[in-house]
Amino acid sequence: MKFFPKAARLCGLAVFSSLLLAGCVSRPQPLYYWGDYQAQVYGHFKGEKGPEEQIAALEAVREEARSQGKALPPGFQAHLAMLYGQTGRSERLVEQLEAEKKQFPESTTFMDFLLKKFSPQVDAKVGQ
Amino acid sequence: MKQLVSFKWLALVTGFLLLSGCATQAKYDYSAFRESRPASILVLPPLNGSPDVNATYSMLSHATLPLAESGYYVLPVTLVDETFKQNGMTTPADIHQVSASKLREIFGADAALYINVRQYGTTYAIVMSETRVTAEGRLVDLRSGKTLWEGSATASSNEGNNNSGGGLVGLLVKAVVSQIIDSLSNRGHAIAGMTSNRLLAAGRPNGILYGPRSPRYLKDGSPTP
Repeated sequence: MKFFPKAARLCGLAVFSSLLLAGCVSRPQPLYYWGDYQAQVYGHFKGEKGPEEQIAALEAVREEARSQGKALPPGFQAHLAMLYGQTGRSERLVEQLEAEKKQFPESTTFMDFLLKKFSPQVDAKVGQ
Repeated sequence: MKQLVSFKWLALVTGFLLLSGCATQAKYDYSAFRESRPASILVLPPLNGSPDVNATYSMLSHATLPLAESGYYVLPVTLVDETFKQNGMTTPADIHQVSASKLREIFGADAALYINVRQYGTTYAIVMSETRVTAEGRLVDLRSGKTLWEGSATASSNEGNNNSGGGLVGLLVKAVVSQIIDSLSNRGHAIAGMTSNRLLAAGRPNGILYGPRSPRYLKDGSPTP
């Protein structure tokens, strides 16, 4: 303990902690929580993964993102919407397309296009 | 004495050569990009100039991550592809012919990304086989029809530590790649992830600029180390 005077030790501590802080600052965080979403997309394109299997995997990713307070990536909820549609859950389809639109207003034009197309019942409601 | 003078000249000439070496790394002209500042990108199914039929969808499924982490909204690639199919367009060549105004009308994106996969696959050799993926990209403003950016990138299985070379997005890509079982048939897809990162992640020399959802938006010009 006598190797360094107290002032030097304090000084060392200050330098050390500022280095730690600098380390934190210079490391940017990802904007989104990805999980294995991209691998699921590839599995979908290749026809290797059926909708039910993807839904189970993506719902798990969504849960992880939620528990860590992180945002889902662009297209995630829309892709999930399509899978719900393929398995006949049209209410969830609409819900997910709306969720994508809410998270990313940039998607509005395309989401509205899909909502109109996939769910004639939405049109009917508007028409009433 | 005469010899000394020639040494001086040599030094001068070498200096110029070094400088011109730096200068040949010409800066991309971003004036159209800066004027347009797209917020959303529609990635079209890539053209495939390789013999491997997997190239198109392999590249397409790797395109969202680097663009999204660079601050852009990326239109959902699976739904976009499905929409083209339902309208009778099943090949990337057909899709790349659709007019900018029509794409804008349906998808509402500010810009479209046209990718062309030049190389995708493994060349077998007795000593060491190599898997390489090379692709070019062109970003076009769908409101004006102007080309905002063009670039190309390549990645190979023979790069030693398979470093995807690029900070945070590089790490994320690595995570995606590790989810792919390393069978020979999937090696192309793993390498395509690195190519996609090099081609599409912002902050790289002559790469695309950061988008509005990135904290680095409008702070381009000083490339990150």
